[in-house]
Amino acid sequence: MRDMVIQVLYLAAAVLFILALRGLSSPATARRGMFLGEIGMLLAIVGTLLHHEIVRYDWIIAGLVIGSLIGVPIAIWMPMTAVPQRTAISHMFGALAATLVGISEYSRHAGQLPHAEMAALGFEVLFGALTVTGSFMAFSKLQELVRSAPMTYRFQNVSNIALFIGAAVLFVLLIITPAQPQLFYGMIGLALVIGVLIVLPIGGADMPVVISLLNSYAGLAASATGFVLGNNVLIIAGALDGASGFLLSILMSKAMNRSFRNVLFGAFGSEAKASAGRLASGDKSIREISAEDAGIQLAYARLVIVVPGYGMAVAQCQHQVRELEEWVEKRGGTVKYAIHPVAGRMPGHMNVLLAEANVPYDRLYDMDEINPQFDGADVALVIGANDVVNPAAREQAGSPIYGMPILNADHAKSIIVLKRSMNPGFAGIENDLFHNPKTSMLFGHAKDSLVKLIAAVKAA
Amino acid sequence: MTFMALYVFVLAGFVGYQVITRVPPLLHTPLMSATNAISGISLVGSLVAAGANYNQTSTILGFVAVTAATINVVGGFMITDRMLRMFKRGDEKK
Repeated sequence: MRDMVIQVLYLAAAVLFILALRGLSSPATARRGMFLGEIGMLLAIVGTLLHHEIVRYDWIIAGLVIGSLIGVPIAIWMPMTAVPQRTAISHMFGALAATLVGISEYSRHAGQLPHAEMAALGFEVLFGALTVTGSFMAFSKLQELVRSAPMTYRFQNVSNIALFIGAAVLFVLLIITPAQPQLFYGMIGLALVIGVLIVLPIGGADMPVVISLLNSYAGLAASATGFVLGNNVLIIAGALDGASGFLLSILMSKAMNRSFRNVLFGAFGSEAKASAGRLASGDKSIREISAEDAGIQLAYARLVIVVPGYGMAVAQCQHQVRELEEWVEKRGGTVKYAIHPVAGRMPGHMNVLLAEANVPYDRLYDMDEINPQFDGADVALVIGANDVVNPAAREQAGSPIYGMPILNADHAKSIIVLKRSMNPGFAGIENDLFHNPKTSMLFGHAKDSLVKLIAAVKAA
Repeated sequence: MTFMALYVFVLAGFVGYQVITRVPPLLHTPLMSATNAISGISLVGSLVAAGANYNQTSTILGFVAVTAATINVVGGFMITDRMLRMFKRGDEKK
């Protein structure tokens, strides 16, 4: 009877999780969806606590309380600009839980496990351990505890592949003879090292792909836990997470016109810089503009399309962007935002920042929606974006970003670029947009430039 | 472990893929945050390890796992909701 109740609660939880994700198909239903997801989680926890194997509650309560004491303050006080690193670190926590449960299962059976169960357990700790260190590295890079630039060294790919093969060999041996703790812990050790090494060569602009991939791995680890424990709600919830992360990684890779393999084994910078040097050598002029003149242009524009990039997140100037929008609208213009799928450090990063600054979401446009509208725009205002508006992706077959879908900012009647200096973007590629005769550059810290622009629009 | 588990996994993966393709890019950050909270479902396994009194190692590992998974679940759902609260249409403002 009790088992029956538990199974019903689990089934309800699984259905609620799916409904929660379905709610996310529109901002109007998303919050209600999340509420259903929370109820689902509650049901799953209640169902588990009814489990006849659970005989003591002291450690459970301690864990729940400490976890909440850490989780709640982070959720309440974390600034929205820190969303990418919070996401990375919470992938770590999820994967850590799965890995520890796996180790606990292995140790309590002293490795005396059937082959199939050992295979599931192996997957669980492999994906889990790799995600723990990989996510921690991603977090450290995003939080700038370590250099966020790609770190490469000789024979990097060869040694990484050798480690992968090593872990895979241990895994196979372990399935054949499960009762060998040294193999088990050796495999976990290798997976931990691999997690660090695969994220080392990842640069900031590749983060959206890596975060999505780690999201997927964390889900797969949870799902494998379900196989080990024979628990369907774990399998289903893990599979949902795995599918979501997988889908996002594909979308992000497509938006950068790169394959998974290329992101993970690519060390993007090296060849890119070689060709960039050649392109930069041409004597191309740039046109600087004062904030006053730029403000006058904005004040008399009918349609302004703002193109935000990671630079906006770094300068934390989304509120000033919103203020500028208000003043342009007061002058009778319309402001729209063009969001490239990989702008920022995680999928959807720009949308969250702009929503925080009170920009209505019907002003935020996806690349495919907004691209045809650039032709009718009086001003494209590029704030801290570079590679996502580089026409080389369309025109120069030799460019490392050739083929990447971009925002057609160069189709606007005029383009104003807010930039700190003429340093090339992440890919180290010269951007012809900056040398376009229609383009004018407004140099300086984005926040200061925006404040001046707002004043200029007011005065115009 | 039965073959049924694989059926469940594959079918859930398909359902997930279908549902998630309908999430607009606008909400991709909350999506990741939400699926991340849901993957805190590892909490279920952690609770058993912490509460079943198998042996001391399992209990301690279970305790740490419960803590980690709780951070994920509680923090994940709360921050997702905080983000979603900010998404408003033009006519809902002011």
